[in-house]
Amino acid sequence: MRPTDHTLKGALDALAAGETTSVALTEAFLDAIGRLNPRLNAFITVTGEKALEAAKASDARRAAGKAGLLEGAPLAIKDLFCTAGVQTTAGSRILGGFIPPYESTVTANLLRDGAVFLGKVNLDEFAMGSSNTTSASGPVENPWSRANDPDTRLVPGGSSGGSAAAVAARLALGATATDTGGSIRQPAAFCGIAGIKPTYGRCSRFGIVAFASSLDQAGPVARTVEDCAILLKSMAGFDPKDATSADLPVPDFAAACGRSVKGLRIGVPKEYRLDGMAPEIEALWQQGLQWLRDQGAETVEISLPHTKYALPTYYIVAPAEASSNLARYDGVRFGLRETAQGSDLRDLYERTRAKGFGQEVRRRIMIGTYVLSAGYYDAYYLKAQKVRALIRRDFEQAWGKVDAIVTPATPSAAFGIEERQDDPITMYLNDVFTVTANLAGLPGLAVPAGLDPQGLPLGLQVIGKPFDEETCFAVGAAIERAAGFTALPRLRA
Amino acid sequence: MSYTIEGSTGPWELVIGLEVHAQVISQSKLFSGAATAFGAEPNSQVSFIDAGFPGMLPVINRECVAQAVRTGLGLNADINLWSRFDRKNYFYADLPQGYQISQYAHPIVGEGAVEIELTDGTKKTVGITRLHLEQDAGKSLHDQHPTKSFIDLNRSGVALMEIVSEPDMRSPEEAGAYLTKLRQILRYLGTCDGNMDEGSMRADVNVSVRKAGESYRTRCEVKNVNSVKFVMQAVEAEARRQIEVWESGGTVEQETRLFDTQRGVTRSMRSKEDAHDYRYFPEPDLPPLVLEKSWVEQLKASLPELPDARRARYVAMGLTPYDAHVLTLEKETAAFFETVAKGRDAKQAANWVTGDFFAALNRLKRDITDPPVTAENLGRLLDLIADNTISGKIAKDVFEIMIETGKAPGEIVEERGLKQVTDTGAIEAAVADVLAKNADKVAEYRSGKDKLFGFFVGQTMKAMQGKGNPALVNEVVKKLLG
Repeated sequence: MRPTDHTLKGALDALAAGETTSVALTEAFLDAIGRLNPRLNAFITVTGEKALEAAKASDARRAAGKAGLLEGAPLAIKDLFCTAGVQTTAGSRILGGFIPPYESTVTANLLRDGAVFLGKVNLDEFAMGSSNTTSASGPVENPWSRANDPDTRLVPGGSSGGSAAAVAARLALGATATDTGGSIRQPAAFCGIAGIKPTYGRCSRFGIVAFASSLDQAGPVARTVEDCAILLKSMAGFDPKDATSADLPVPDFAAACGRSVKGLRIGVPKEYRLDGMAPEIEALWQQGLQWLRDQGAETVEISLPHTKYALPTYYIVAPAEASSNLARYDGVRFGLRETAQGSDLRDLYERTRAKGFGQEVRRRIMIGTYVLSAGYYDAYYLKAQKVRALIRRDFEQAWGKVDAIVTPATPSAAFGIEERQDDPITMYLNDVFTVTANLAGLPGLAVPAGLDPQGLPLGLQVIGKPFDEETCFAVGAAIERAAGFTALPRLRA
Repeated sequence: MSYTIEGSTGPWELVIGLEVHAQVISQSKLFSGAATAFGAEPNSQVSFIDAGFPGMLPVINRECVAQAVRTGLGLNADINLWSRFDRKNYFYADLPQGYQISQYAHPIVGEGAVEIELTDGTKKTVGITRLHLEQDAGKSLHDQHPTKSFIDLNRSGVALMEIVSEPDMRSPEEAGAYLTKLRQILRYLGTCDGNMDEGSMRADVNVSVRKAGESYRTRCEVKNVNSVKFVMQAVEAEARRQIEVWESGGTVEQETRLFDTQRGVTRSMRSKEDAHDYRYFPEPDLPPLVLEKSWVEQLKASLPELPDARRARYVAMGLTPYDAHVLTLEKETAAFFETVAKGRDAKQAANWVTGDFFAALNRLKRDITDPPVTAENLGRLLDLIADNTISGKIAKDVFEIMIETGKAPGEIVEERGLKQVTDTGAIEAAVADVLAKNADKVAEYRSGKDKLFGFFVGQTMKAMQGKGNPALVNEVVKKLLG
């Protein structure tokens, strides 16, 4: 077996058994990155030397009997997580040259457990996008391609497109990601891997470049559900530096992957059956539910009546918060500064922000500024907050009847890099199944479950109760076992 | 008679409300662990949170919350057990996040009241609308370089309380009295040092004018006034400006103005049209601020005695209302007085503190926090009077020597032999001597010139270098003349 073919669990077992070393794994992944990244563009920054040093130190720790939970595992870090001493761009020109002097809590937790960071992976600018085409570092290519059209380069999804592409192409054992409206689950589905957005508050947001504070949540992407569980265990936990982080113990998520789904009630929300939904998506959904019934679960049709308002609500709340969160990128203290002879402060702002922000980010800042403006606040932002409360209530009522909800992860398989770029609304529809979990703060797990007629991966989503990621893992692992998803992307190490 | 300003169309009433920004006394900032000391090197007290770095998050400082609650309690105000932070969005170079975290819709403290007293003795209640917590911005320095502006972020993130009054004040004096009283309460509470010259307290003054019986006319806000005197001046200057506008047929436009302390006039800063749209919305990085009722009760139980209560207590101790007022103006003065008065005659202690001691402070240009005589020593001096060791007159001399030498009064009396003579034999000898030397005056006295009694007493005291016990000297003079 080639080192890059390991799952995270497999690699940790091999390391524990002395069958490989962190240095060997790290070298293999760095070699794969060297070969494939010029094409995939998944990594923005590769920290090869640092990674090898870290791998050596990890092997030494293991030899000394001090192995952590992730000892020696080479991972990729979404370039939205601040990493001490390593350039952090958020996929934006405006952070050009920014090297944080601090480490995000999530990456600090991974380092504490012995992980090795291979580098920083690409994303949509400030995590705004569903195709990883808005990055200042250029688009990421999905390692998968259509059987009948292999030359069309496809998007990996977004915003965690670099994370998903890197893991799918075997350039890392797993990766950190973030999810504000679907940015973990949609790229995981597009790239045929698993990913979980945990409950809001499960992972600290400290040190993660903010997009929309009330929606942002970190989580892992990896090749298996169990790998995600192992990573999340390390990433999660209360952090006094984030006032919205939950002071709750972190369960053994990996153990939950082995739980039976027998007797679980699985909700099937009728509102997620969209008009004109692709037949393969509907078929996959029904197949997933059948697999769960075969393993003893009961499926129950439920109603989440405010679902149709979720996407518009999301596209008010998220840009509103973003317009404020991104005000700090002003050219005064860090990152890009554009100025001209004799220019004043306003000029500095205008030049810096015009040059530093890409089109999609500018669009969302303008939308957000508009919906918070005097005279529009009540009609947009306040109304959206009310609808958000109703969406949350829909779920609360559903939890009286079901233990988890299963839906498609995305309305389609991955599309071409050149496609859907002219109409932002069409692009926003990618998040139709995923934004509700962000608005309600619920955990949502994406698991690869099948292929579309062109041989592209499709995923299902498992939504759980607040802080019940364990049931998501149990249901996700059950789908994974039944699906026996073994297809491989064309581009891989 | 209420205060008015006479215009060409007759008298005008003033309507004044104050928004006071008071810097919270705390070790660290409202949302970060950075220090708050005044006068530190620029940008030496700045965390990544205060500098608005990517990924940084605010975490509320519990002590600042406690200080706001104490202040609310001290202003007899409602404490809101549920409050919330909002973002106030605007761009400026010394506002690193691009927004100020404030409390807009749901402040931590609701309605309260402050009682003020005017020089003519009338009392008046000024309503408090609300008090909320917010973070301060940094400071822009435009005079350090010919073409560049410098930014100092030491203040960025420092906790402020914005205390908003009702438009209840009607004269510059009332505005001044309110600000003075508010500062006094905050200092007593220990929640703000009230040092306006260091910027730890500043006032935005809202002024409008109207004819008697009218409802409110348009108001203007005079920003960032930094002394009680300037507040009073700004109120009057702005009122006079508005009267002139109205009387010349114009209309006062709602706007933000600045007070030019050099010229004593206000000038326009920005009009309503240029006003920022702050795009307030709930701060998503902070959960709502929920207070335990029991915690608030605890803070209430541990509040220090406030000026009004202390004044009432002093009056009950026998002080004149005036002395009680003067002694409670500053917490430190009251503490000094209480040390002097402890276990002694309060009235006498008050007389000494407000009399000789205050005179000495003024003469020496010293502050109560740096007194020329300690409260303990002043107390000991009073003891020497009380036990007849020295007379009140000698005590005044001893007090001066205490200032000069810093020595304890007992030591001075001992060293200089100032102990009062209470030996009636010695006094009788001295009186007899005086009478013998002034036989002519004795004769005059005996023929009915009663006034001369004081002369004999005075001569005796003089002969005894002031050390004779005054009561005994009186007694003996009376007896020997008898």
